[in-house]
Amino acid sequence: MGQSLFEKVWNAHAVKTLSNGQTQLLIGTHLIHEVTSPQAFGMLRDLGLKVKFPHRTFATVDHIVPTDRQEEPFEDPLADAMIRELRANCAEFGITYFDLGSGHQGIVHVVGPEQGITQPGTTIACGDSHTATHGAFGAIAFGIGTTQIRDVLATQTMAMSKPKVRRINVDGELGPGVYAKDVILHIIKLLGAKGGIGYAYEYGGTVFDNFSMEERMTVCNMSIEGGARCGYVNPDDKTYAYLNGRPYSPKGDAWDAAVAGWKAMASDADSVYDDVVNIEASDIAPSVTWGTSPDHGIFIGESIPDPAQAASEEQRVAIEDALAYMKLGAGQPIKGTPIDVAFIGSCTNGRLSDFRETAKYLKGHKVAAGVKAIAVPGSQIVAHLCEQEGLDQVFRDAGFEWRAAGCSMCLAMNPDKLIGDQLCASSSNRNFKGRQGSPVGRTILMSPVMVAAAAVRGEVSDAREVFGI
Amino acid sequence: MALEKIITVSGTGVLVPGSDIDTDRIIPARFMKCVTFDGLGEYLFHDARFDPDGTPTGHPLDNPRFTGASILLSGVNFGCGSSREHAPQALYRFGFRAVIAQSFAEIFFGNCATLGVPCVTARAEDIARLAAAVEADPATEITIDLEAREARWPGGSFAIGQPESAREALTSGRWDPIGELLEASPLIAERAATLPYLAPTAA
Ligand code: SF4
Repeated sequence: MGQSLFEKVWNAHAVKTLSNGQTQLLIGTHLIHEVTSPQAFGMLRDLGLKVKFPHRTFATVDHIVPTDRQEEPFEDPLADAMIRELRANCAEFGITYFDLGSGHQGIVHVVGPEQGITQPGTTIACGDSHTATHGAFGAIAFGIGTTQIRDVLATQTMAMSKPKVRRINVDGELGPGVYAKDVILHIIKLLGAKGGIGYAYEYGGTVFDNFSMEERMTVCNMSIEGGARCGYVNPDDKTYAYLNGRPYSPKGDAWDAAVAGWKAMASDADSVYDDVVNIEASDIAPSVTWGTSPDHGIFIGESIPDPAQAASEEQRVAIEDALAYMKLGAGQPIKGTPIDVAFIGSCTNGRLSDFRETAKYLKGHKVAAGVKAIAVPGSQIVAHLCEQEGLDQVFRDAGFEWRAAGCSMCLAMNPDKLIGDQLCASSSNRNFKGRQGSPVGRTILMSPVMVAAAAVRGEVSDAREVFGI
Repeated sequence: MALEKIITVSGTGVLVPGSDIDTDRIIPARFMKCVTFDGLGEYLFHDARFDPDGTPTGHPLDNPRFTGASILLSGVNFGCGSSREHAPQALYRFGFRAVIAQSFAEIFFGNCATLGVPCVTARAEDIARLAAAVEADPATEITIDLEAREARWPGGSFAIGQPESAREALTSGRWDPIGELLEASPLIAERAATLPYLAPTAA
């Protein structure tokens, strides 16, 4: 009986079974950032412990960095304290840190892959729920809490219960204007925001075979929005081609050996899964969310759900609550909903291909009057590559602000925030209440091209119509 | 590292109704700009408790009748959203020592367990029964008994659910795994030696 990649990676990293029945799992790569690590370093010091594998620990600063004015000290004293704390911790414990001045800073889930730190067949942990992004490379990547960060810092291991594995096949051809973001929003809608609890998601099928690495990252990134502990795609030639020559990728003979090892880690053809879900690519259309949970998704041509038609009382209450917060009308078309802000960026959709694809359509268009539009590259390298291609100019000409790298308005821990009940067309991953910095701010998730269409029209729109895709 | 065995948790309760109460609700991201967890408690459920202009909304947590409650009651999928431990920490620092809900998000559940805060599940009607008792008399003393697998109060009781691994960790005083993880040091070195990418020269 064959094994899945998950099974193989888990077994290769299992240290022992703990007394509570959980597995002590070796974490090969530990990524840290300024928001969730300082308390963990504090706990480490309290216990008189050191970082066990500093050479397998990598840091960047992303959540709190201002994307307009980056001179230090930052205007926000708390943000400034956080970056100084991270710098000091990395220096004290000998951890590689991609600082603002390095040219390599960015969102942790963009930096890992572009540095070649993210590799197939490895385990990765980071104190951030979107760590599953790295699964695009066939890594098993978990988002962890601060106490677990402490555990990984101190022991390079953590205690974990082994999840089940669900294989999700998406086969066929995606229609024009249908993107990786639409695929994951569709998966989450089908399986629910809680549907993945207790599971690792293995994504496959022809759609994933055809996807670029960046598209695979977009899908894996939002595994957590579907409740899954992690999500991954088996490594293939695209994976190896992407990694070849990156700063932390193996070189020379070590490269050949590594690729052979990675190939052996991929799921066997006859591997058995705890569950299998099959999805037809042609069923998927450009998607947007209407509510306050990522499983509140609909296709752009569909209407906002009506609580009166909810399947259960629980759902009725949830829909009513979400609609009251979103100030949207039950049964109304979502298309045409006026927006105030357009945000393109985040670890979901803030990579070179996202800006390239969007710029392709945005060129020659103008952001509608009254809409604030910002484009925030996921890393300094992404920014640099975009600028080399002149993409920044396309965004600027259209009326977008072109910003410096960071998480920005994905969760608005920096100065980029919604004001009041502004409605934001956003390429990020979470539409929770208050997520984008205003306690009553509203978020509609969608692909970057759909955000551009919404920005141009000033309302939620079908990018296929706006741009003639 | 010897930890306290958590077998029962007793105290008064408060109901925070709703489903899918996410971590951004429990502690809005803008309050997470901190380098220690001290002081997070006062921001617990901040945006549900206060209007944008700072006016209290009359949230149950601010109702003086429920002051001092240490057991939180809620609905389905409590704690969904981010993996940040600020949410359990905020609950803990506000004074909560256990949560009873219909279900929990996985990462949140694990983060609470590591703090020694049991999250136990119960049926909606049972939680409603207990909530009614608390509403009628906020001084109702609730006991969550992890060994007997029940929650009880002077007027009733119901069965609670909890994964065995979490129950075992709490009741045996092993809810913080660091001690056991550290003990395995030789095994960690052995395992690491089999994985080429962990070699110090790999970078
Ligand atoms: S971009 Fe958003 S989701 Fe991604 S790491 Fe930053 S805050 Fe988290």
